[in-house]
Amino acid sequence: MIDVKTVTKRYNGTVVVDGVSLSLPAGGVISLIGANGAGKSTLLSIISRLLPMSSGTVEIDGLDVTTTPGEVLARRLSILRQDNQIMSRLTVEDLVAFGRYPHSKGRLTDEDRGHIRNALRYLDLEPLAGRFLDELSGGQRQRAFIAMVLCQDTEYILLDEPLNNLDVKHAVAMMKLFRRTADEFGKTIVLVLHDINFASCYSDRIVAMRDGRVVHQGPPEVIITPEVIHDVYGVEAQVMENAGQRIALYYQ
Amino acid sequence: MKPLPLPIATLPLAAMGIGLLAAWSLFVGVSDVSLATLFDGGATDQATQVLLVSRLPRTLALILAGAAMAVSGLLLQMLVRNRFVEPSTAGTAESAIFGMMMVSLLAPGMPVLGRMAVASLCALAGTGLFLAILRQVPLRSPLVVPLVGIMLGGVITAMTEFIAYRQDLIQSVRAWETGDFSAILLGRYELLWLSAALTGVAYLAADRFTVAGMGRDVATNLGIDHRKVMALGLVIVSMTTAAVIATCGMIPFLGLIVPNVVSLVRGDNMRGSLPWVALMGAGLVLACDIAGRLVIHPYEIPIGTMMGVIGSALFLYLLLRRNGHAG
Repeated sequence: MIDVKTVTKRYNGTVVVDGVSLSLPAGGVISLIGANGAGKSTLLSIISRLLPMSSGTVEIDGLDVTTTPGEVLARRLSILRQDNQIMSRLTVEDLVAFGRYPHSKGRLTDEDRGHIRNALRYLDLEPLAGRFLDELSGGQRQRAFIAMVLCQDTEYILLDEPLNNLDVKHAVAMMKLFRRTADEFGKTIVLVLHDINFASCYSDRIVAMRDGRVVHQGPPEVIITPEVIHDVYGVEAQVMENAGQRIALYYQ
Repeated sequence: MKPLPLPIATLPLAAMGIGLLAAWSLFVGVSDVSLATLFDGGATDQATQVLLVSRLPRTLALILAGAAMAVSGLLLQMLVRNRFVEPSTAGTAESAIFGMMMVSLLAPGMPVLGRMAVASLCALAGTGLFLAILRQVPLRSPLVVPLVGIMLGGVITAMTEFIAYRQDLIQSVRAWETGDFSAILLGRYELLWLSAALTGVAYLAADRFTVAGMGRDVATNLGIDHRKVMALGLVIVSMTTAAVIATCGMIPFLGLIVPNVVSLVRGDNMRGSLPWVALMGAGLVLACDIAGRLVIHPYEIPIGTMMGVIGSALFLYLLLRRNGHAG
């Protein structure tokens, strides 16, 4: 369980995350939505100990993220931020293999190799395994990073806008993969998503933020309504139901 | 798996090439040392003496210093995450020279190990200052990073030379600024074994440095304490640079060119690339030194000058070739 208690983050007096308390049970796909600047990415970075918080606590299965050794957390929680600028010339396979570092410390076992092979296969990266990252397109590189994080095989997987740079085909495949990872392996996947319809179709739970606070949370049928969408984004939307899934139309 | 399918056997092959260069280096010089004179009864004594006291230490020093400086460049590039830094474009070397000069001024009797320690501390402080400045400067282009380092180095050098000029130490400062192996004798190069040991430490921590090269966030995600890895790397780079400067003077460009060439071919996974960087560094220094001894025989061109000429040409080529890629 991820337990966030009254977390606040200030930058030079500007409050970006404002006293957020949130408790996310283990298992399933959870989407964080909200307008630009609502504090989603900041909250995700705080939960994953990449950013220090100004006040409050975050616990992962009872482990305080600010005091638990980094290598212990790295076997329990993984995080991928957006915009991963890497100057290193690593091959896709090297990068994915580094996902096993928290477990193997660089000495790959057969089990590690199995994880690497699976991650490459799930993300359709086998033909690119030997290519250098700087020779790939943005979408291919994004898939390689996600493969690294999945290869880390942690209980909790946090991803900031994982669909960035992905075309429709790969975005759908990615969301299906997250769904499957949660259902078959019992993982907890927390995503920051911009596309509320992907959030609607694939999440067990949606958390909506505005101005640094959590304003709504619940299953898609509670969140994907014209009222909530208006409250969160300030736009008029129609919501259609199609084959049991709720789709918001907000294009006009 | 790699884009250039180099079989593993090429590493021993490269090592053999370096061995041949080293052997050649043993037999180049004013004094007549050859297999014939070594085994010939009459001249045995003198030839053997020259070989053991001068030629062998010089060759070992070339290999050790070359490997260590190239690896220092690689480390700095991974830690700063910029392709164009090396100890002489990050304020490291200039600060080490400042330290050497201050020791000569204030404690001229200090043993060489103590001098190196002071120079290491200065190098560490200078590199730390460089990193602190980088945090304050908006980095619009990857080229700004080495420019900042070169400017910082310029300021430190100006301070060094001002004091040295006043105190009549300019000659010593010039010796540290320009790498030269002609004065290497038995008993005057052993400090370099320390830098070889530091290179070994870098190899043992190669995975951690590779991860650190992916940035703080990725490193933290993988459970690596980025600050500790950074500190370890900077200590290795500072001590290596200080040891090389104290022994034979600065060898410019080496830490820049060798890691960039190896990166193009082998990539940046340091476990695989570090042995190549070390070997190629040793090879390039050996080749430059041999060339410097042959060009105006029986005189010598110091290696600092040879590397400056060959290195800047190679560097320009890399710069133009990689262009947008390099950041």
